[in-house]
Amino acid sequence: MTAQEHRSILGRFFSYRESAIFLALVILMATVTLFAPNFMSGSNLYLVSRQISFVAVVAFGELFVILTGGIDLSVGSIMGLSGVVAAGAMAGGQPIVLSVILGLATGLLLGFINGLLISYVRIAPFIVTLGMLSFARGVILIVTKGWPITNIPKPFLTVGQGDFLALPIPLWVMIVLAAIAHFVLSRTAFGRRTYAIGGNEQATFLSGIDVKKIKVVLYMISGFMASVVGIILIARFNSAQADTGTGWELDAIAAAVIGGTSLSGGSGSIVGVIIGAAIMGVIRNGLVLMRVSPYWQTAVIGIIIVLAAVLDRIKNK
Amino acid sequence: MAEPLLALHHISKSFPGVKALDDIDFSIDKGEVVGLLGENGAGKSTLMKIISGVYAPDAGEMYWQGQKVRLKSIMDAKEKGIAIIFQELNNCPNLSALENLFLGHELRTAGNLVDFRAMKKKATEIFSYLDAHIPLGAPAGKLSVALQQMIEIGKALLAEAKLIIMDEPTSSLTDREVQKLFQIVKELKSRGIAVIFISHKLEEVFHITDRIVVLRDGRHVGELTTSEATQEELVALMVGREMQTFYSKRAKQPSPEIVLKIEDMSGPPYLNHVSFDLRRGEILGLAGLIGAGRTELALLLIGAEQKTAGTVYLQGKKVDIRSPWQAIANGIAYLSEDRKTKSLILQMPVRANITMAIHKAVSGALGTLDRKKELEVTNHFVKLLEIKTSGPEQIVNNLSGGNQQKVVLAKWLATKPSILILDEPTRGIDVHAKAEVHKIITDLADSGTSIILISSELPEIVALSDRVVVMHEGQVKSILDKHEISQENIMSRVFSA
Repeated sequence: MTAQEHRSILGRFFSYRESAIFLALVILMATVTLFAPNFMSGSNLYLVSRQISFVAVVAFGELFVILTGGIDLSVGSIMGLSGVVAAGAMAGGQPIVLSVILGLATGLLLGFINGLLISYVRIAPFIVTLGMLSFARGVILIVTKGWPITNIPKPFLTVGQGDFLALPIPLWVMIVLAAIAHFVLSRTAFGRRTYAIGGNEQATFLSGIDVKKIKVVLYMISGFMASVVGIILIARFNSAQADTGTGWELDAIAAAVIGGTSLSGGSGSIVGVIIGAAIMGVIRNGLVLMRVSPYWQTAVIGIIIVLAAVLDRIKNK
Repeated sequence: MAEPLLALHHISKSFPGVKALDDIDFSIDKGEVVGLLGENGAGKSTLMKIISGVYAPDAGEMYWQGQKVRLKSIMDAKEKGIAIIFQELNNCPNLSALENLFLGHELRTAGNLVDFRAMKKKATEIFSYLDAHIPLGAPAGKLSVALQQMIEIGKALLAEAKLIIMDEPTSSLTDREVQKLFQIVKELKSRGIAVIFISHKLEEVFHITDRIVVLRDGRHVGELTTSEATQEELVALMVGREMQTFYSKRAKQPSPEIVLKIEDMSGPPYLNHVSFDLRRGEILGLAGLIGAGRTELALLLIGAEQKTAGTVYLQGKKVDIRSPWQAIANGIAYLSEDRKTKSLILQMPVRANITMAIHKAVSGALGTLDRKKELEVTNHFVKLLEIKTSGPEQIVNNLSGGNQQKVVLAKWLATKPSILILDEPTRGIDVHAKAEVHKIITDLADSGTSIILISSELPEIVALSDRVVVMHEGQVKSILDKHEISQENIMSRVFSA
């Protein structure tokens, strides 16, 4: 006990799992600034933080699912469909609030279907959500025939383009959702059970915990987070595009993994996910500022994901 | 024959923070069976891992057939003729028995393809020598533990091992399978193969070994010729003090009040019209061979599996329990037979494990967990059950087997059960911890908790139970009253037609 109390601030800092990747983020930002001084400009940071917020929120949902050893490949398509539903409602003259609720309900419903199939029909999460990825994207294409939905009401655009206290609104959304998600995971019985399922599902079940029900809720959370971002993106781009969200499942999973989430379940945190999303956002932005071909971005992100997993393995040895 | 097959001199080995072995001398002759005894953490596994090449010692020398050797790896040891059969069997569950037997040593045809015909012939030879009827094509994972063990022994024979180390080989075997294993050990011995036999079960060690070496806290504390040793002597050596009684005595008699009544219960995989009742404050033993359906019965009772027929009465009232949470709500707790895979969240702290089944009771508003309440419960049980941990935040994986088991017990006692089902509560824990768990069980029964005790250790069942339900192949064979309980009676009921 006393040893713990007397530990230096530095020692305390490194006792957190997230410290190492936070340090990596700081070093990364310093390096990018060195090569592209305008990285630190206010307008650039504004843009980067907004982009990070989108990825982070989708990754929060992914985290909940991955903590139990599952995976959600359908988040990109759910984003897209939620955006199309909300934009369609708005363009059709429905009130903004109702349209947003319909969009969020879409995410919850698709997540619910994912969860049901995974928990009660016992199909592997990979397969179920891969199917959902394709299905939801297909529905988008059927409904929109590939054309964007425009006519988004002006007042709604603020959600994606405006700011509050000099920070972009999507960043505020992320902060609020992060606070709630962190609270749920670290302080509630539901959060404890989520980690427990990832640690030992059988033991959790025999301890009298309704594992199936919890999993359904977790996939709903994942769908909900994806739909939040999908809806904000229509405000950001003033339209709902048929390809919005394509490939985002990879970014979301990558943010979680870079942030120290174990794909086998049981460990990971919201703070880690935010740092993971930030690392990816800073690298993408840094490469652009340094005028590196955009084709390289994808390759570099690939390397970073594997590197993060390698470092995690070494650290755990 | 002047020199021993294997001799160790002054072997020491440390791990960060612990001296696992301290100046150990050990030797074994050709065709000798040596028992290695000691509590968990005494250094048995470390010593065996040094002999089998897994670890290199920090100090000391090792002689193999008179030659000084330094084993670099388990492969190295295998080549010299030292084989080890781990307690947790290492096989590829999806490969066939035949493929497992030859894994890494497949016989080849002239074209360098796997020669299944030659392998089959050799395998049949080995298994008929071991008198084991193993379907060669069956996936190893589908075979019983006993047969899987035979494959391991077969592997050792195939490698022409001169020394075979068996680490708790009987821990998941039925009595009959144990007898068979003993036959094989005798056979190996007659062939001049030496065997190091590690077990927690004293009767077995007495039965099969020529000599017994006792380790305690990493030191060699005694060596006895089996024929001259007594049980008390060995236990005293192991725990470092005389143990008065092995089993604690009951202070009270169970009351006649029936708290649980099971009528004609059937269910997967093969439970067939099981009926019995349980009284308040009673310890009801469930005896039988592995596969008798005892664990399966427990899973049906707590609703982890669904029964296909039958009625359950709690305090005279009919109940329909379909899930573990309903079982807990009805005051039934089930401690599962495998603490690592079915009971504990290993990477979570003691606190989180103990409160796992009582989240409601330690929650505040909004479903938030109240840390203070959690610590209260945890500290209460750490003290009550004498759990040796550096604190409530210690990760459970870092505790010894006995203390892990106490954490599981604490988890279930925290639910304040009126009926506690204990499935192999002392499996794989050391003699001292075992005695402590037995004391806890009898104390619980004395205070009015009704206990169903499932155990494959007959002495445990015999000593603790007020009545014994003997099961065989999914059916109740017989129910024995206190005065009828003996190992002989139980076994004769198991095998009666």
